[in-house]
Amino acid sequence: MVDQPVIVIGAGPAGTRAAQRLVQAGLRPVVIDENDRQGGQIYRRQPENFRRPAEKLYGTEAAKATALHTDFETLRPHIDYRPGTTVWGVSETGLMTVRASTVDVVPFSRVIIAAGATDRIMPVPGWTTPGTYSLGAAQIALKAQACAIGGRPVFMGTGPLLYLVAWQYLRAGATPAAVLDTSSLTTRLRGLRGMASRARVVANGVRYMADLARAGVKLHAGITPLAIESSNSHVSAVTWRDTKGALRQVACDAVGMGYGLRSETQLADLLKCEFMFDPCFQQWRPHVDRNGRTTRPDVYLAGDGALLRGADAAEAAGQLAACAVLHDTGHTIDQHETAGLHETLAVMNRFGRGLAQAFPWPAHLAASLPDDTVVCRCENITAGEIRRAAGELDAPEMNRAKALTRPGMGRCQGRMCGLAAAEILAAAREVPVREVGRLRTAAPIKPLPLNCTVKS
Amino acid sequence: MPALFRRVAEKDRKTIHLFVDGHEIEAREGDTLLVALLTRTDRLRHNEFDASPRAGFCLMGACQDCWVWTEAGEQLRACSTTAQSGMRITTTEVPWLINR
Repeated sequence: MVDQPVIVIGAGPAGTRAAQRLVQAGLRPVVIDENDRQGGQIYRRQPENFRRPAEKLYGTEAAKATALHTDFETLRPHIDYRPGTTVWGVSETGLMTVRASTVDVVPFSRVIIAAGATDRIMPVPGWTTPGTYSLGAAQIALKAQACAIGGRPVFMGTGPLLYLVAWQYLRAGATPAAVLDTSSLTTRLRGLRGMASRARVVANGVRYMADLARAGVKLHAGITPLAIESSNSHVSAVTWRDTKGALRQVACDAVGMGYGLRSETQLADLLKCEFMFDPCFQQWRPHVDRNGRTTRPDVYLAGDGALLRGADAAEAAGQLAACAVLHDTGHTIDQHETAGLHETLAVMNRFGRGLAQAFPWPAHLAASLPDDTVVCRCENITAGEIRRAAGELDAPEMNRAKALTRPGMGRCQGRMCGLAAAEILAAAREVPVREVGRLRTAAPIKPLPLNCTVKS
Repeated sequence: MPALFRRVAEKDRKTIHLFVDGHEIEAREGDTLLVALLTRTDRLRHNEFDASPRAGFCLMGACQDCWVWTEAGEQLRACSTTAQSGMRITTTEVPWLINR
C-alpha cells in the first residue's frame, strides 16, 4: 500500500497541524473530519451565518483558534478534505467511512489518528433527566449555537473545564446556580507543583474562579454528588453532600457534568494497536512513543485521543506525528524541529500530570452509587446489574460483564458509561480497576444508517 | 411544554420553518435540529427501554442520545444535523418506513 495516501483522521488542533506538516513535505494527505467544519471540539467553529468574533467564542485562546482555522483554509487546495465523514471500521484494504448514507473504503499507506476525546462521566441518580448535559455539550451549545442549556444551570464534576464553562455561562448571562467540584482544596494544592509549569493557564483558571465568586456564584469543593432531582421529567435541583457530610441542595433548571476527559481510542483498537493502563489518568490507552508511533508501524496517534494534554499539546503532537510519518517514509527531518516539539510536550506532560492530581477522577464514587442508578444510558443498565455480573455471575472483566448484563452494549458503545462501569465492577470485585480491563471495540464504532449504499 | 435551551446571542438570523410531529415550528438558519427542537420543547425522543424522555447529552456525536427521524424514516443525530426549511421530523421512530 506504499503508493496509497497518508490519512489524517480528525481536523482539530492535532489533525490540522499533522496535515499541515505533511503538506509542507510535499504530500497530499486525505483529511477525514467527522464534523462539517474544521476545528475539532475546543476550536469548534460556529455556522457561517453567525457573527460573533473569535474573542467572544474562544476567549484567551482566540488567536490560537483563528490561526488554526486560517492555516487550515490555506491547506485546503493541497489536501483531500472529507468533512462530515466518519471512519467506522477497518477492512483489509483500508478504512471504512460513511458520509450521510454513503459507505466508502479509503486505502492508506499510513494513518495518523487524531480522534480527540469526550467528557469522562461518572453517573449520578437522575442523570438521564432532560436538561442534563456533559460539560463539553454545555460549552458546544454556547460556542457553536449561541444557546445556554438552561437559565440557571449547575456545573458539577471536576477539572479545569468546570470553571471555564461556568465562567462562559456567567458571561453569556446564564448565571450558574452553583459550581460543585468533587476535588478538594488539598488535591488542588498537591497538583499545583506540576501545574506551575504553565503559569498563564493557572492564572486564567484562578481568574475564572474569582469572577464567578465575585458574581455571587457559590463554588463548592470536595462535594459528593447524590442526585439530579426532577419535576415533570425536567431537571429541578441537584442534591449533594458537603465536606462536613451535610446534605445540601441547590435549585436549577439544567446540569452540566464532567470529570475530565476520556480518549477516543476505538480506531486504534480496531487497527490492533497494543494498549496500556495509564496510572496517571486511570484509563487504558494505546501505547505510543514520544513521537506518536503506536505498536503498529503504519498507525500513529496525536492529540487527546492519545494522551490527555489539551489543545496546545495536541498541536505539537500532531506536527510530531507527521514528522514521524515523514521520517519513517524516507524524508529527512531536522532534529531541531523534533527536539523543540519534545521540549514543548515535556512541559505539557508535567502540566497534565499536575491537573490529574489536582482534579482527580472520583473513582470512589462508583462503589457508593445506589443499585438502581442507571449507568448505561443507552439501555438503562443499572449499577445493580453490573454488580450482579460481578458477583452472582462471576464476571472477572468488562467484556464478560458486558456479555452477561450488557453495560457498554448500547449504541454509544460504552463511551459514556464504560469507565464508570469498570469502576463499579472493580469495586464490587475488590480489585484495582486495571484488572477488569477495557471494553473491546467492535465495528461499526458509530451506528450506521440502515439504508447505506456503497460507493462504487 | 417548557423549552430546555435559551438563545443568548445570534438572535437576528433568518427564520426557517420545519415540522415536528406534524406541527410547524419556527427555527433560525444555522440551528442544529437539536437546537431547533429544544428551544421549543424539552425532549427529542423517548428511550426505547423505559420510554423516559431524552434530550441528548454530549452534543458531539458520541452518545447517540439525540436521535430523531424524518417522516420518511431516515434516522438523524439531532446534534450534528443542520435544520433545513421544510424538514419533516418525527420524535417517534417509524421503522416500517425504513428502506422504503
